[in-house]
Amino acid sequence: MTGALILRELRLAATGGAALLPLIFFLLVATLFPFAVGPDGPLLARTGGGALWMAALLAALLPIDRLVEPDRANGVLDQLHLKGISEESVAFAKLAGHWLSFGPPLMLAAIPAAALMKLPGDVLVRLELGLLIGTPGLAALTLGVGALTAGLRRSGALAGLLLLPLAVPLLIFGAGYVARGNDGGALQLLGAVSLLLVAGAPFAAGAAIRAGRD
Amino acid sequence: MSDLLALDGVACVRGGRLLFEGLSLRLGPGEAALVRGPNGAGKSSLLRLAAGLLRPAAGNVDCAVAALTDEHLALDERQRLGAALAFWVADAAPGIAAMGLEALAGVPVRMLSTGQRKRAALARVAASGAPLWLLDEPANGLDTDGLARLDAAMAAHRAAGGAILAASHQPIALSEAKTVALG
Repeated sequence: MTGALILRELRLAATGGAALLPLIFFLLVATLFPFAVGPDGPLLARTGGGALWMAALLAALLPIDRLVEPDRANGVLDQLHLKGISEESVAFAKLAGHWLSFGPPLMLAAIPAAALMKLPGDVLVRLELGLLIGTPGLAALTLGVGALTAGLRRSGALAGLLLLPLAVPLLIFGAGYVARGNDGGALQLLGAVSLLLVAGAPFAAGAAIRAGRD
Repeated sequence: MSDLLALDGVACVRGGRLLFEGLSLRLGPGEAALVRGPNGAGKSSLLRLAAGLLRPAAGNVDCAVAALTDEHLALDERQRLGAALAFWVADAAPGIAAMGLEALAGVPVRMLSTGQRKRAALARVAASGAPLWLLDEPANGLDTDGLARLDAAMAAHRAAGGAILAASHQPIALSEAKTVALG
């Protein structure tokens, strides 16, 4: 059943181009950033990695309101409970499905984005590796905050306020690894933070779904 | 224990307000109960308690595998009805046949009318194979043919050893049903 749930998440992400929105947003930020700081190649190459991590972070905000709330409002979460599937399993399937529709496409979009920022090849490799390790953590945050704010009206701003502070460690270690390489074990710390978020999110989201019924 | 549903001294509090307390009910195979009461008396809450979606403020709820239908359809709007039902039940065909939805299996869920949506929700319950049916206003929006099919499905379910807990303002055919009065 978890497999069917993951497939369902992918199908929902594919319908209506919902999964494309974060990608377009990410590329848009990458396009706008050189306009803002000017066509200074070395400056762009120095700051571009951090800017792309910021863009990835902001792109992770976009799917928050479509991950959990529609399923809560439509009774899907209730019916899954009746089928004997725990809220944690549902949340895990949603996390896996969401990452598959968010992480790898974002890594692909990072290639043209890096070209726009004039990032050298070795920096692009570090950005991609960082995104591979960091995007599961971002997806976990999106899911957790989406579950916490499901059922609230106009929750968009609140969701941003909840998610962005929690994403600070991912941003520090991700951008730090891009800028300076693996000084002080930034990649390992990024992995540790991401793992912590991925391990915790299904339980936090499951508890939030359950609490949301009262 | 052969009871499919056992409520012992159950109390329900919603939004700080006590809806009911000391409610006990047992449903064995073939039995049915009809929940009655004015709007807001806690009929839907009782069904959600039985389904395990709400926790009782006091008392015990012991329940077999249940299928619930309420005002939420819980089918993916963009999918065709047959595929949307197939996500939930291994074999949707008996439910589709019981509710007379054969001609609509290829129609996207978002195109269905109110009554057709109700039939679809009931088709999922009928195909679920769950021994206990929890029906919240199952007759809402159904036409005469739909009502007859609902009655037939409920009778067949009880004859096969299932139990039904229903809340309905419309008359539905539950012969020899217990009555649970709320409010």
